Amino acid sequence: MDLLVDILSGMLLAGGSILALIGAVGIIRLPDVFARMHAGGIIDTMGAGMILAGLMVQSGFTLVTVKLFLIFAFLFYTTPTATHALAQAALKSGLTPKIQGDSDEEDVPSKI
Amino acid sequence: MMLAATTAAVLVTMALALVRALMGPTVYDRIVSVNAFGTLTVVLIAVHGFLTGRPEFLDIALAYALITFIGVIAVTKYVTMTPGMRPGRGDDKGDL
Repeated sequence: MDLLVDILSGMLLAGGSILALIGAVGIIRLPDVFARMHAGGIIDTMGAGMILAGLMVQSGFTLVTVKLFLIFAFLFYTTPTATHALAQAALKSGLTPKIQGDSDEEDVPSKI
Repeated sequence: MMLAATTAAVLVTMALALVRALMGPTVYDRIVSVNAFGTLTVVLIAVHGFLTGRPEFLDIALAYALITFIGVIAVTKYVTMTPGMRPGRGDDKGDL
């Protein structure tokens, strides 16, 4: 039973770390603000979520697990809201998402 | 050991997010990377609490998660309201 807990939490932690790294690489390499928000979303929801789930498995049925679940639930609901507000602000300021076939230099707001 | 590896991965992710904050042409890139950085700080605090075997850190992580969210919304609203900071009007990047 103890071995199972270790293996499961190890896998969850490893998965969460890998997802966080993928999200970070995505934040750097994607060409457009709106595409980078996708990568930021990966880090916030799944990356942090799997790491916290890994910790939850380790701590079993205690108050610690409840706190971890609260952190996860809070992050899960608020970071998409923050990203939505950011996308709204970016759109309102005139930045438009880069549609396929646009000029490919990085992040020049296309003039409509 | 697994927790140490997770801490290392989270620290590397934070460094990569900071690279976008420095390079980001528009102010919104910076906000995206700071938002990711804040969430990763929450995870780092939680993992550190587990590493040192002190469950009180989770309260700090929860408080930090609340603050990060409010901070991002405040900065976004500030950038939206301030006329000089919005890119897309001309060729300026509207940098902070």
